[in-house]
Amino acid sequence: MPSDTLNATLSADAPYDEMFGADGRCRPQYQALYKRLDEIPREELNRRQHAADLSFLHQGITFTVYGRDEGTERIFPYDLLPRIITGAEWETLERGLTQRIRALNLFLKDIYHDGRILKDGVVPAELVYTCRHFRREMRGVDVPRDIYISVVGSDLVRLRDGRFVVLEDNLRVPSGVSYMLANRQVMKRVFPRLFGNYGVRPIDHYGTSLLSTMRALANAVGTGVADDKAVYAYVPAIIRYYLGEEPVIDNVETYLMTDEAQRRHVLENLDRMVVKAVGESGGYGMLIGTQSTAAEREEFRRRIEAAPRNYIAQPVLALSQAPCLVEGEVEARHVDLRPYILYGEQVTIVPGGLTRVALRRGSLVVNSSQGGGSKDTWVLNE
Amino acid sequence: MLSRVADSLYWTSRYLERAEHTARLIDIGLNLMLDQSAAAVERRWGRLLESLSAPALLTSSSDAYIIAEAMTFDISNETSIVACIASARENLRQVREQISSEMWEQLNRLFLQVKETRLDDIWNVSTHEFFRSVKDGAHLFQGITDATMNHGEGWQFIQVGRSIERAGATATLLDVYTNELLMRSDPEAPQRNYLDWVGLLKACTAFEAYCKVYTADLRPERVVEFLLLNADCPRSVRFAAEAIQSSFQAIAEATGTRKSGRVSRLAGRLRATLGFGQIDEILETGLRPYLNDVRRQCAQIHEAIVQTYVAYQVETSLAS
Repeated sequence: MPSDTLNATLSADAPYDEMFGADGRCRPQYQALYKRLDEIPREELNRRQHAADLSFLHQGITFTVYGRDEGTERIFPYDLLPRIITGAEWETLERGLTQRIRALNLFLKDIYHDGRILKDGVVPAELVYTCRHFRREMRGVDVPRDIYISVVGSDLVRLRDGRFVVLEDNLRVPSGVSYMLANRQVMKRVFPRLFGNYGVRPIDHYGTSLLSTMRALANAVGTGVADDKAVYAYVPAIIRYYLGEEPVIDNVETYLMTDEAQRRHVLENLDRMVVKAVGESGGYGMLIGTQSTAAEREEFRRRIEAAPRNYIAQPVLALSQAPCLVEGEVEARHVDLRPYILYGEQVTIVPGGLTRVALRRGSLVVNSSQGGGSKDTWVLNE
Repeated sequence: MLSRVADSLYWTSRYLERAEHTARLIDIGLNLMLDQSAAAVERRWGRLLESLSAPALLTSSSDAYIIAEAMTFDISNETSIVACIASARENLRQVREQISSEMWEQLNRLFLQVKETRLDDIWNVSTHEFFRSVKDGAHLFQGITDATMNHGEGWQFIQVGRSIERAGATATLLDVYTNELLMRSDPEAPQRNYLDWVGLLKACTAFEAYCKVYTADLRPERVVEFLLLNADCPRSVRFAAEAIQSSFQAIAEATGTRKSGRVSRLAGRLRATLGFGQIDEILETGLRPYLNDVRRQCAQIHEAIVQTYVAYQVETSLAS
């Protein structure tokens, strides 16, 4: 009875549900999966989850947890149920991500050459020059084809109204590509007929070339500026400045701690904010206000006041939720989406990407190092 | 060595190699076709079945279930996996006293496992597990053979059978795939055919090996070179040709007779053809005639083996 479990989570202030509309009806793209879940005996579902887990174990697809002794290796938790994106939804994402990588490249070229955007005051020069990843020695250096960033893995989340927004851009060798490929491989093995009948866009081609691109050439030195979380806040302005277009995909509202008014607002509302260190990734060095203790908030207040440039804050978001198989039950869990964008002769985006899941009930942290898992992402032909 | 023993060991090995090859191709077919358009699926199945010399009736089908059933479990189809394993088993049964009991048991176990499986049992979930178990079963037989049987003349015939079958299978695959893929002249072709080239490499368990040498940048001429002329890839035609020649050298040394002369000469010629082949010249003068020549030479070696070791006249044998 997967349907009962899932419908039960719907309520007025519920996050966007990938499978069910606000009226409680299954969205068209999920109907075949929904039907299959209704038919399939629970023990069969568990058997397939077990087969999938074994497959990862046998392939040795594990990850290392940092920050603990003995570098523990664990199987990357794989959720059996696919996340489904329609062709139309994907078309918008593709446009938005292409726009974003183009603008970020122009931005990097500019700040390492003429610095027009800084002179025009669109992005504060100080912000760029104080960035830990700004490389003075790259000034005036021309990179091949003017491409600074050849690979981006942007993290997208879906808001209550169903809009995707960019949470952050990962330019420093975004992780997870091989998980994405492995997820698809395992999916084709454990749900071959369902997958075959759905009309899913293949990822093999993009995935493999992406993997080899990432092995062969890295992003240029100094690109870390563009995924500084404080620079991130200016990406919509950067897009408007270089391309003269409105951003197709919005940013998450972001408060800069260097701005006194914004800082005061955040410090007064710390329990409703996510605070992130600007140069960190992987879910480290962050505070989730809603799930923090008073002592942790006090600690972050102290750190922010000591070094405002090192932190940004965003409101706690209601990440969308998707059905997952958790200990034999189908339950909704929060998910994000990390598509991989490749910039070579043209912009190429793998259809789908890595959907990360916060496997702990109610948790909003999807990072694998913090108890997250992932699922296969299907972009439909139609 | 008795001619019937050589014959049976040779054929056991050929049939088992064929079963393993078919299992791999059907497995890859079922997997690669899942996210392809109907037209692409039809084209790809057609090619795959042609390379397996499947019955003509089947090559017009693109129904995965029908194909999997006919090529795996239909004992009346002599190209099916179960028919190949049954033939391997019948041949091995006749020479049980020449082999180790472990070898017999492994092949028998594999046969029974395949015979007792129904497609419906595995269709929805575990086709991949099943085909993998068939491949593993064949590999296990090879390992057991190497570990438990004397590496004498009989063992050499097992090696020869496998390599002859493999050389022919890889050459046929290359022929069927490249005939179509190299012909398409649109500039986007390499990009669009990416999955086909991946499929070809995977059909020879050579995708990963190729990537280690050339990265995932798939260039048609490199793929062809790798599968045809690479000295280290165990499924390349050249690798098989070298194995055939060295086995006959060992057989000639063991028997100490001159009767292996013709076979050795033919095996040496095939090895030289591939060992000194240059991919740019081959593509320039035509891959198809080259592959036809390779296959013709394989057939000649096969005939020479039969004449020399199986169907020889008593007088010829005494005279030598």
